[in-house]
Amino acid sequence: MEWEVVIGLEIHVQLTTKSKIFSGSSTAFGADANTQASAVDLAMPGTLPVLNEQAVKNAILFGLAINADICRDSVFDRKNYFYPDLPKGYQTTQMDFPIVGPGIVEITLSDGSTRSIRVHHAHLEEDAGKSLHEDYQGMSGIDLNRAGTPLIEIVSEPDMRSAEEAVAYLRKIHSIVTYLGISDGDMSQGSLRCDANVSVRPKGQEEYGTRAELKNINSFRFVERAIKTEVLRQIELIEDGGKVKQETRLYDSDKNETRPMRSKEEANDYRYFPCPDLLPVHVEQSLIDDLRAGMPELPDAKRQRFEEEFGLSAYDAGLLTGERSVADYFEAVAHSAGDAKLAANWVNGELSAALNRDNLAINSSPVSAEQLGGLIQRIRDNSISGKIAKQVFDALWNKEGDSADAIIDSKGLKQVSDSGAIGAMVDEVLAANPEQVEQFKGADEGKRKKMLGFFVGQIMKASKGQANPGVINSLLNEKLGD
Amino acid sequence: MPNHTIADILRGLEAKTFSSEEITQQYLDAIAKHDGNFNSFITVTPDQALAQARAADTARQNGSAGALCGVPIAHKDIFCTEGVRTSCASKMLDNFIAPYNATVVERLANAGVVTLGKTNLDEFAMGSSNETSFYGAVRNPWNTDCVPGGSSGGSAAAIAAGLAPAATGTDTGGSIRQPAALCGLTGLKPTYGRVSRYGMIAFASSLDQGGPMAKTAEDNALLLQAMAGFDHRDSTSMDLPVPDYRAGLNKDLSGLKIGVPKEYFSDGLDPEIASAIEASLDEYRKMGAEIKSISLPHTHLAVPCYYIIAPAEASANLSRFDGVRYGYRCENPKDLDDLYTRTRAEGFGEEVKRRILIGTYALSSGFYDAYYRKAQQIRRLIKQDFDEAFKSVDIIAGPTTPNPAFALGEKVSDPVTMYLEDIYTIAVNLAGLPAISLPAGFTKGKPIGLQLIGRDFDETTLLAAAHQYQQRSDWHQQAAPGSV
Repeated sequence: MEWEVVIGLEIHVQLTTKSKIFSGSSTAFGADANTQASAVDLAMPGTLPVLNEQAVKNAILFGLAINADICRDSVFDRKNYFYPDLPKGYQTTQMDFPIVGPGIVEITLSDGSTRSIRVHHAHLEEDAGKSLHEDYQGMSGIDLNRAGTPLIEIVSEPDMRSAEEAVAYLRKIHSIVTYLGISDGDMSQGSLRCDANVSVRPKGQEEYGTRAELKNINSFRFVERAIKTEVLRQIELIEDGGKVKQETRLYDSDKNETRPMRSKEEANDYRYFPCPDLLPVHVEQSLIDDLRAGMPELPDAKRQRFEEEFGLSAYDAGLLTGERSVADYFEAVAHSAGDAKLAANWVNGELSAALNRDNLAINSSPVSAEQLGGLIQRIRDNSISGKIAKQVFDALWNKEGDSADAIIDSKGLKQVSDSGAIGAMVDEVLAANPEQVEQFKGADEGKRKKMLGFFVGQIMKASKGQANPGVINSLLNEKLGD
Repeated sequence: MPNHTIADILRGLEAKTFSSEEITQQYLDAIAKHDGNFNSFITVTPDQALAQARAADTARQNGSAGALCGVPIAHKDIFCTEGVRTSCASKMLDNFIAPYNATVVERLANAGVVTLGKTNLDEFAMGSSNETSFYGAVRNPWNTDCVPGGSSGGSAAAIAAGLAPAATGTDTGGSIRQPAALCGLTGLKPTYGRVSRYGMIAFASSLDQGGPMAKTAEDNALLLQAMAGFDHRDSTSMDLPVPDYRAGLNKDLSGLKIGVPKEYFSDGLDPEIASAIEASLDEYRKMGAEIKSISLPHTHLAVPCYYIIAPAEASANLSRFDGVRYGYRCENPKDLDDLYTRTRAEGFGEEVKRRILIGTYALSSGFYDAYYRKAQQIRRLIKQDFDEAFKSVDIIAGPTTPNPAFALGEKVSDPVTMYLEDIYTIAVNLAGLPAISLPAGFTKGKPIGLQLIGRDFDETTLLAAAHQYQQRSDWHQQAAPGSV
């Protein structure tokens, strides 16, 4: 039987506000446990929440970016459950009147096709603290630094039909929130977390299969693997005559398997009701207009502009606009180099490979956009060959000089175009290889082309790569010519 | 002996008849000697009080005295006080010392008050008799076999007994007005949002409001002046200017239209209370007021509506008492569930547990629409009743309670009868309105309270109406037989 996969994602995005959503404590990551937890975060008796205005603005920006309706009077609710890292015994969240209504996110797949994924809503809420289960001799530690960090939870419709689509959607959300600057999007620090609702159904069937919820899968790669693993499990289960249970499952990336997290018997009744400590959040149209006017260029618009303005391929433009930091870097390189296509090749090629190799984000690239632009200028004016350029790039990467020019100077890498000097090298190489010269003369057109490469290689070697390949070619043709 | 009003004390301090240290010492001595009869204090803070009094005396000498400089008062033990235990009369917080002051405490301190200590209350302010306190019941100075009312029973008893000239209270369904009525005092529940709730331990967030309790309307005005105003730490406090309440006490009330709801004079009302209220209305007529009969048709729904909304909010508000971060924790929990279950089973008293269960039930999936949502709809109808009434009257008058102080133990085993003691006060909290209770007579030696209800943020008219009545009556000047 042919199966269709149905996926919906719930994405939690930590907002980069200076202070927490309901208190003045800092939201910075990595401080000593409980040093960023005030009386409000500790839920001391008598303390009250005060809403952080910036968190509301950030949520509105997200809503505008996905063309969603902004709820003009959204309401905070209490979601009641007991857990040690939830100090109040309820999470303050939004249930019936979330700040962001239905919206649309466009995704592009690897074959170039596009799809629209519907967002059901996005709401504001507070993060919980962290329970630490190690190093406490059978007890658990509680760190409330994270408690009260503002989140938006973005709930999609079950519109995705493959793990690839789910990853593309997640990447797009990541891209939107980082472009807007409302989140750092750092999945390794939990700034962006993803739960996936996964079900399968026979192709053509209208009603959905029973879904399992995969919790907290915290990298793009694991999202894809977790969904694929879960899909296989469900199909095998059904084909063996079993039934999928509605449950929450945990993805174990070490074993590449999903397993049940908690049983249905313990399912919570969260007893949502409007939080009486907070007034409804009234948003004026003028605030929405101001935020819209101040919105940065978003990934789709930037991608289109890169194609039109710089003549880049859809593929290159897509790669360059996935992350705002990459797009900004590329634009700076293109500007300083004066050649967008070369800039695109270098950013997507050499630079991207080096960043991956050293596991660095583009913001911490040892080679600045200006340095790379300067390097490309020297390629463009034939000061260096492409091959030497790679050497210069490595030298820049290793901080051996401040600029491409400085490195070219200090290492004497400037390309030699002087036909006298190159001519001498050509003569030397031809004299050293009489057999090959004879063979060349007797060979047909096709073979000659290949053999020419041999001579060029030898001459390059003799010039330590600095000879201008154009000059070598024309001299060789001249000297070997009939 | 210190059977003084705040106004008396301020006059004495200004005239240097006595120092703050002297008057504070007198109250501390009285508490030490007599509070065994009333149990009105949970914690007395003599050292701190005397230090504050000496500082106040210095400030007064230096000419830097705040409006209430050197006046000793007591705080209901529901307001957090930095460095002094805040128990909320619960075993759960018997060991809790807040690292901060409630806004009310801070503002009164800024005005220069001296804090004698923390007064008893019903556990987490849940009760109408002050019998649910972990620290034992409070006795009414007018009749020590009777309750002082609740939940601010300790504050009321302390003032009536002459152990403090005034105190703070909180009112969720009548917890300032009912004990004020039962103890022969004047107590004001301000408009919801008039006084910050920050640092006031929450019972039902949409209903709770802190306010003053004292002998006279004038003292209420002095205290409210210091307590009221916007607080950026409480999102539900209103950013409105605070009028000069003392200056408003003598505002011209001729032509004041007083509405009397016919629903407040139904079967359950003690006939002697009814006639006392009628007599006070006659007095208002003589003062030039116009008395009109009005109707608040949804009055009978107020108690059931309140006993859904208040417990529902309380069930969430009290979830933080889980034994994890502060307060009581059970011995040797074997796992997390055991920690929660035993901490809360052992740390909370019966009435608190009853209300948490009622609230949890009312919010449960499948019951929410029938209970919580319905109660919210009724709440709107109750508010509309008042809105309609205030189109034709300026204030609304009636009894504060259907009965005078009842005997200790009489109603504690019958929660519904106890809940009905708040029948006239509860609707006011549901509507968020200000209301004052003032002494209006006696029945069998027990005080009777007259309740005046005002428009939103019109405490001025209530205080003026109460004050001007007190210029023509002496009910508020009677001393309880048990008083110092």
